[in-house]
Amino acid sequence: MADFFQLFMDSFPALMDGLGVTIMLTVISIILGTVLGIFLSLGKVYGSKIVSGVITVFIELIRGTPLLAQLFILYFGLPPYGIRLPALAVALIGFTINSGCYQAEYLRGSIQSVSSGQIRAALSIGMTKWQGIRYIVLPQALRRVIPSWTNEFIYLLKYTSLAYIIGAPEMMTQAKFIASRNYEFFKVYLIVALIYLVIVLFFTQLFKWLENKVKIPGFEYIR
Amino acid sequence: MSKKEILRIVDLHKSFGDNEVLKGISLSLKQGETKVVIGTSGTGKSTMLNNINMLIPPDKGHIYLEDVDVTTTHDISRIRQQIGFVFQDFGLFDHLTAKGNIMIGLTKVKKMKKSEAEELAMFELERVGLQDFADSYPAQLSGGQKQRVGIARALAMQPKLILFDEPTSALDPELIGEVLTVMRDLAREGMTMLIVTHEMGFAKSVSDEIIFMENGKIVEQGPPEQLFNNPREERTKEFLFKLNELYGEGGA
Repeated sequence: MADFFQLFMDSFPALMDGLGVTIMLTVISIILGTVLGIFLSLGKVYGSKIVSGVITVFIELIRGTPLLAQLFILYFGLPPYGIRLPALAVALIGFTINSGCYQAEYLRGSIQSVSSGQIRAALSIGMTKWQGIRYIVLPQALRRVIPSWTNEFIYLLKYTSLAYIIGAPEMMTQAKFIASRNYEFFKVYLIVALIYLVIVLFFTQLFKWLENKVKIPGFEYIR
Repeated sequence: MSKKEILRIVDLHKSFGDNEVLKGISLSLKQGETKVVIGTSGTGKSTMLNNINMLIPPDKGHIYLEDVDVTTTHDISRIRQQIGFVFQDFGLFDHLTAKGNIMIGLTKVKKMKKSEAEELAMFELERVGLQDFADSYPAQLSGGQKQRVGIARALAMQPKLILFDEPTSALDPELIGEVLTVMRDLAREGMTMLIVTHEMGFAKSVSDEIIFMENGKIVEQGPPEQLFNNPREERTKEFLFKLNELYGEGGA
């Protein structure tokens, strides 16, 4: 146990560096992914048949192929065409697009759950379609999507570990580096797993708090 | 003195697929007039109201709001600001308080200052007797209260006319009265209103004219005394007879 604690203390600084990158990757990708998801979902729900069709094909393409394959295409597939991106940039782009597509589908569901009567009412007081979306639909849809969004965040936080395959210096990369020097694979990865768990639990609570904070009075669920 | 014409509908047609819902509707509404449209379900009453502010565009015909042809205008949002609409299912914005529901049109559509919008919202809430519920959310209100907020929201835009699409049909019987009272007050204050309703007692006592529609056409229109007591058309007689059977003499 003392060994384990010593190992924990020794590897902690390097792992924390990696954790910083992991969280940075996750937070930036989820924010950019949300923006992308909003545009994709609005285009899919309210766009013309062509716009909606193109978006649907794009989303299915991204959701239907492995994230790892997408990262490899960006990292190894583009350089022959003269586009050479650093590992971190590839990870950011890959995660953002991937998350954006998943979030688009969550959002589409919550956008469509806002009653059509409210949209008609918005139009009837002279709002344009865009104003109705901006002031009536989105504020409700974004609230409703928080639970799925929490899920997406947790998923993405752990999926950023895939970035270690292309060498982005996130937590898994650091763990592999440490373990390859001291051969304590089991213990090092156990430590990493525990750190992920703590972070996930922290963010889960944070989003639960947020969900509670923005809930609409009268819509409380019955316990 | 002849009053100014607010609304004129000329030969309105609308089909949904093969189903011709409106087969040439024409009517007009002068300033301060209240007209009530009656008729069985599925005769196009609701479609006609939705045509007027282009929530459902008609296939053929013209709708004039004063001098503007609503069917060909390039700025329908501007027209809609001047036509209040009260929905059967209220159409309140769930994420906004009663006051917020009224203010959002004022601040976002009319670009009114927040403080002015709030003042006007409170004034309209008071008008429908809901000043104490300004900070309640729709889900915390009863059906009757929701509909009164809906009416206050329409009023705050200071429309030239208000369309009511079965405003009490989704309400429990004991809540209908409070909504009808508000509407009766509006009629008395000289608001121009076109109302689709099944509340015959209300129609009789409030309207300047009753319009009886059936199968996408206006069968008969006239002052309530004449239409209810001396209907000219056989179809009107049958409809009123059925109503009496259902609700007893005098209607519901």
